[in-house]
Amino acid sequence: MNAGAFISLSRAMFLGYIRDRIALIFTILIPVLFLVLLGSIYRGPATPKINVLEVGRVSMLDQARAASPGQLGEVMAVTRSSNLARALADVRKGTDDAAVQQQGTRLIVHYSVADPTKAAIANSVFSSIAQQANLAATGRPPRYQLTATQVEDKSLKAIQYLAPGLLGWAIASGAAFGAAITLVGWRKDKLLRRLRLAPVSTATVVTARIGMSVAIAIVQMFAFIAIAITPYFGLKLTASWWMAIPVVIAGTLAFMSIGLLVGAVSRTQQAATSIANLIILPMAFLGGAFIPAGLRTGLDPAGLLPDAAAVSGDRRAERAGPRPRPGLSAPGDRHPARLQRGNDRHRDPVVPVGRNLTACFAFLPLA
Amino acid sequence: MKAVTWDVSARQDSVLRPRRGGPATIAVRDLRKSYGDLRAVDGVTFEVGQGEFFGILGPNGAGKTTTLEIIEGLRQPDGGEVSVLDMAPWPRNPALLPRIGVQLQASSFFENLSAREQLRTFAALYGVPAGRADSMLELVGMSDSAATRTEKLSGGQAQRLSIACALVHGPEVLFLDEPTGALDPQARRNLWDLLRAISAAGHTVVLTTHHMDEAETLCERVAIMDHGKILKIGPPAALVRELDEPVRISIESGQLSLDQARALVPDADGMVVADDGSSLTIATREPATVLAALAGQRALAGLRAQGGTLEDVFLHLTGREYRE
Repeated sequence: MNAGAFISLSRAMFLGYIRDRIALIFTILIPVLFLVLLGSIYRGPATPKINVLEVGRVSMLDQARAASPGQLGEVMAVTRSSNLARALADVRKGTDDAAVQQQGTRLIVHYSVADPTKAAIANSVFSSIAQQANLAATGRPPRYQLTATQVEDKSLKAIQYLAPGLLGWAIASGAAFGAAITLVGWRKDKLLRRLRLAPVSTATVVTARIGMSVAIAIVQMFAFIAIAITPYFGLKLTASWWMAIPVVIAGTLAFMSIGLLVGAVSRTQQAATSIANLIILPMAFLGGAFIPAGLRTGLDPAGLLPDAAAVSGDRRAERAGPRPRPGLSAPGDRHPARLQRGNDRHRDPVVPVGRNLTACFAFLPLA
Repeated sequence: MKAVTWDVSARQDSVLRPRRGGPATIAVRDLRKSYGDLRAVDGVTFEVGQGEFFGILGPNGAGKTTTLEIIEGLRQPDGGEVSVLDMAPWPRNPALLPRIGVQLQASSFFENLSAREQLRTFAALYGVPAGRADSMLELVGMSDSAATRTEKLSGGQAQRLSIACALVHGPEVLFLDEPTGALDPQARRNLWDLLRAISAAGHTVVLTTHHMDEAETLCERVAIMDHGKILKIGPPAALVRELDEPVRISIESGQLSLDQARALVPDADGMVVADDGSSLTIATREPATVLAALAGQRALAGLRAQGGTLEDVFLHLTGREYRE
């Protein structure tokens, strides 16, 4: 390999890329805008608060509030109402999530199934209030106690999986489109032929192009981290966050190879763009780059798709041992890095990272 | 556009003394290449001497570009032999590549680079320092456009840059595929000066074109190709002489009647006289006699005399019918 030729080719490609505003917009700016947009939308807590209408006086509710002030306020906002019919109408409309009234010792909760999550919260909260009232009525201290702790620590916010998911998508499309469009363009302009006539090896040209794609991916990664880490979004990194770099590189290589394949079969850049979209977009969805994979039913090919691996920091691998773990991790805990989302809990809890990396490379021989 | 600084006058001598003898720089023997039923190159044989300016002439689809691409080593021939500088261009021969320079039909540049960056990149591929790339830019008269992105160059400038990219490593043989294809007349003539200077500097140049005037002005020898075969090969002037076309002498109308014109040389063999209202034209194989007679009649206003051209040879060989 000729070092001078390699440096010069890399430089030419790099300059060509950063001077191409459209490419910059699509590989860096748009994914970052998505991150800012979605990060802002989902900035709030994961559990929704419910709005409850207190119809008349509900002494059980007052007792519960007195017993543990604050705690109840975390799950519900209570508004007083004097008219049951109007309160029920509000619950039906969805303005409020539940209406509660007390008839002697009976606590009556009216809820709507329109929002099953909030209905379940209302039911369980009021059921627990009733149980506590029963317990208090016995005049004896409770024998059994329940302490509930969440396995995720408090830092688990939407940004922890939004950032890696969008980053995975950005890297995947950047690498695939970049490779496909460059290949078609170079063939059309006869630059490939011109390079073939120069005394440089194919390896030099390909390596320069790979280096370029990897560099773009790393820049994308740091742009994402820089934005997500701001206090406004609040992404937290663990000590081994840098292990995301090899994952990013592996993902770039996998998608570059798809891009090269697309570029090899496409005659025009428009065709290359369409075909690459046709491949990357479904992969991004199925791999869980946008939608948590757990929301999909009966269809779980994520582990087979390089996309899932590219967006995956694989927290399962993390449980397996004390090795440095790939991924952007939540701070100092056993439950970090939601680079892949949702479907973890439906699947085999320990999958070595090697398998996902293998999936990354599964496409390489095709190209 | 800036003038070329190479010494063009040196070229005049080389035209007078065609380079002959010595080993052939390019030797092609019975070259064949088919695409399906189409015989793109069908038994082509020729040699190009060291330092020669050689043209391959032919209508579109004659097989010029395919022939050139086989010689450059971009395509594998189905049959026949090619040697360039005593080496085989196919399979890709890294020892040969630095010794040839190729300008492809399209301007093959990297995206979004300036003219200087473009040339420096190609220079680096050949291990040539940036300084030489910059002086090459000056040689092709593009110092003023060094910072211009190649996408914004004019057609003539892009071709000059493209030629500079092909020359930057100082190749012994330069291949040019229709270098003046889409240029306006000024840019073409400007590029001709550059090509003459390159040839005068000692490079062997092989050029394809379908412009007869270009081949006639630039090339020491031309091969006229059609349907994958070479129909004729030789110096343009010799080919024209061989065709023995009559000389066409024209003067302004109104000085002589058609009968007076026919009476100029009474026993002329095959003289044709015509008057289109603005010019009276006499086609003759005895131009000296006709001119002397016209001078005797003091009927020389607007005089023009034109012998046969390479175009006549070309049309004679390839036929006049229009084809797509």
